[in-house]
Amino acid sequence: MNSLLKITDLHVSVGETPILRGVTMEIRQGEIHALMGPNGSGKSTLAYALAGHPNYTVTNGSIEIDGVNVTEMEADERARLGLFLAFQYPVVIPGVKVADFLRHAVSNVRNPERKEGEGLIGMREFRKEIRDRMTELGMDHEFARRYLNEGFSGGEKKRMEILQLAMLQPRFAILDETDSGLDSDAVRVVSEGLAKLSGPQMGVLIITHHERLLEFNPPQFTHVMLGGRIVETGDSSLAHELHANGYADVRARHPQAAAENIQAEAATA
Amino acid sequence: MSAEAPAKSDVEFGSYKYGFHDSTENYAFKSRKGLDAEIVTQISEMKKEPAWMREFRLKSLEIFESRPMPDWGGSMADLNFDDIYYYMKAANEQGKSWDDVPADIRRTYDRLGIPEAEKKYLAGVKAQYESEVVYGSLREDLAAQGVIFTDTDSAMHEHPDLFREYFGKVIPPGDNKFAALNSAVWSGGSFIYVPKGVKIDFPLQAYFRINSQNMGQFERTLIIVDEGASVHYVEGCTAPTYSSDSLHSAVVEIIVKRGARCRYTTIQNWSNNVYNLVTKRAMAYGDSLMEWIDGNLGSKLTMKYPAIWLMEPGARGETLSIAFAGEGQHQDAGAKMVHCAPNTSSRIISKSISKNGGRSSYRGLVKIQKGAVNCRSNVVCDALILDPESRSDTYPYIEVEEKNVAIEHEASVSKIAEEQLFYLMSRGLTEAEASAMIVTGFIEPLVKELPMEYAVELNRLIELQMEGSVG
Repeated sequence: MNSLLKITDLHVSVGETPILRGVTMEIRQGEIHALMGPNGSGKSTLAYALAGHPNYTVTNGSIEIDGVNVTEMEADERARLGLFLAFQYPVVIPGVKVADFLRHAVSNVRNPERKEGEGLIGMREFRKEIRDRMTELGMDHEFARRYLNEGFSGGEKKRMEILQLAMLQPRFAILDETDSGLDSDAVRVVSEGLAKLSGPQMGVLIITHHERLLEFNPPQFTHVMLGGRIVETGDSSLAHELHANGYADVRARHPQAAAENIQAEAATA
Repeated sequence: MSAEAPAKSDVEFGSYKYGFHDSTENYAFKSRKGLDAEIVTQISEMKKEPAWMREFRLKSLEIFESRPMPDWGGSMADLNFDDIYYYMKAANEQGKSWDDVPADIRRTYDRLGIPEAEKKYLAGVKAQYESEVVYGSLREDLAAQGVIFTDTDSAMHEHPDLFREYFGKVIPPGDNKFAALNSAVWSGGSFIYVPKGVKIDFPLQAYFRINSQNMGQFERTLIIVDEGASVHYVEGCTAPTYSSDSLHSAVVEIIVKRGARCRYTTIQNWSNNVYNLVTKRAMAYGDSLMEWIDGNLGSKLTMKYPAIWLMEPGARGETLSIAFAGEGQHQDAGAKMVHCAPNTSSRIISKSISKNGGRSSYRGLVKIQKGAVNCRSNVVCDALILDPESRSDTYPYIEVEEKNVAIEHEASVSKIAEEQLFYLMSRGLTEAEASAMIVTGFIEPLVKELPMEYAVELNRLIELQMEGSVG
């Protein structure tokens, strides 16, 4: 049975400021969706709201995974249900080794019933698995012993996100501009990595400005966000068109959303 | 261990697991409450001390009485010197084997895991219960090399010349009010002498336990590391949880001679009704290395600033300080480095964590005396504050009487960032697990300096402190 991530009429505010104004989207396991849109349209807000960031308040609408309403759930509960967000700006956690962190995370996500203080996944099997995944992603095994994201280059951070994705094997992965700020080699590594990982068991939402990630991971659906709404949905050709021509045509077709997007951009500037 | 597992309800007091007490009432001797010349004389007579020590105690009592309470640091408003037992002796004899230790006291140490640790990785142990050391051991090969590891009272009787040469010389009674108090009523503590060139491979450990209510524990430790020798001494301390306060006021004096090395590790885990007011100082001579590793997790109020006086060229001093202040706790901790000679160097690294309204303060001094040219000192203190109710302060003092020195001071205060919590939680960690992981990472640079057993112990204690801390 294919799992379903269902987003219905989602309204999200940050503080008092409404950002999302009714987003509806369905992502099935095995599908790749691209989410595009100009700055300030609300793409990252959708990513954070899906992952359960406490500063992003859902004022209306719902998020469901296989009929389970997760809208009020904490981020960790959502992760245990199979949701994963690859961060645009991965956070540094000083003094915490990648392997220790990931062993804990993997233990919780694979055994959602695990209580605090209960045993972790076996060290031996975990070590083998993380080494295999690092080899596949072309990562030095030394990474496992480094402190999480501390002193990592931009490319290393993004690779670390993909490693986490590989280890946690979520049902739904959201990639928030995972390709931004990378040189072309790094984009290729990340794109190929994702292509290897995604498959019939994973639904993917790729938020991107670039085409490269989508070349390796062609989306079945492309959504365009403007002013906190999905204003158009098409197939991969829509993504190509937006890359080629920019958002002027989209704005012209949706003047009200375009006006609201300009307000949002001004508010966040 | 043959001791029965303690009943669960006996052991768990919130997150503090050492809050149990045993019901010993068969004290061999117990002074009345309060402090005066009669009590001091009584202690000295009990211990059959020479006249000079009785005089030393009585003079120290005068100094204690003449000094005002400190007007800085933490609040001691609830500390009532008249409501304290200054001397309690639980057993008549010191045990040479655990079987010699009275059963209920032995059970306490079993619960604390000391006999087991002794078998696995210690070169010697002293266990102090209330005012006296009730058990002592030292590996035979070390004794054969002339190493002395005994309680301080025995050292006075058995090694009078060595004892008198150094006792009270590093920290004289007039140093501060609490050093004077300790000098008046001191009892127990460790005496260590490591002969020239002897390097002790495994740690020597002392374990201090307060069992009674309103107890005052005043151990006195004196460590002499002779030229080219080395030792790692570890002390741990716990007490039962009571509603009334106890007082722990120790004095620790250390002499590290030319080319020698001494590391002194403390894992302080007193219950939250203990005032912990301790004076610690080491004098480090030419090309020697003195290290304090000072972990303060327990107590109601701790005021403790381990000091190193760098007496001759090439001496190095290092202090790693970790403080964790939870609900109702104030950790006023830090370090002092006094550069008395040229070409000496020092480093202070302090990490503090405050949660649930706890308060931690870093208080430190770096002093470069006249003539101490080409000295280097580096101070780094980082504070982590877990919630808006908690507090952290930094009081760095720098006194430089010489040019051509290099002093660096860095301080940072961070709150557990929401973004860090969210990042970890988005990977399936609960809020409590995520906070604990951030805290463990925060102190990791210090913990990795410890031998594995102590690193594990410290991490475990911090996990206990973190349990249920997120609300």
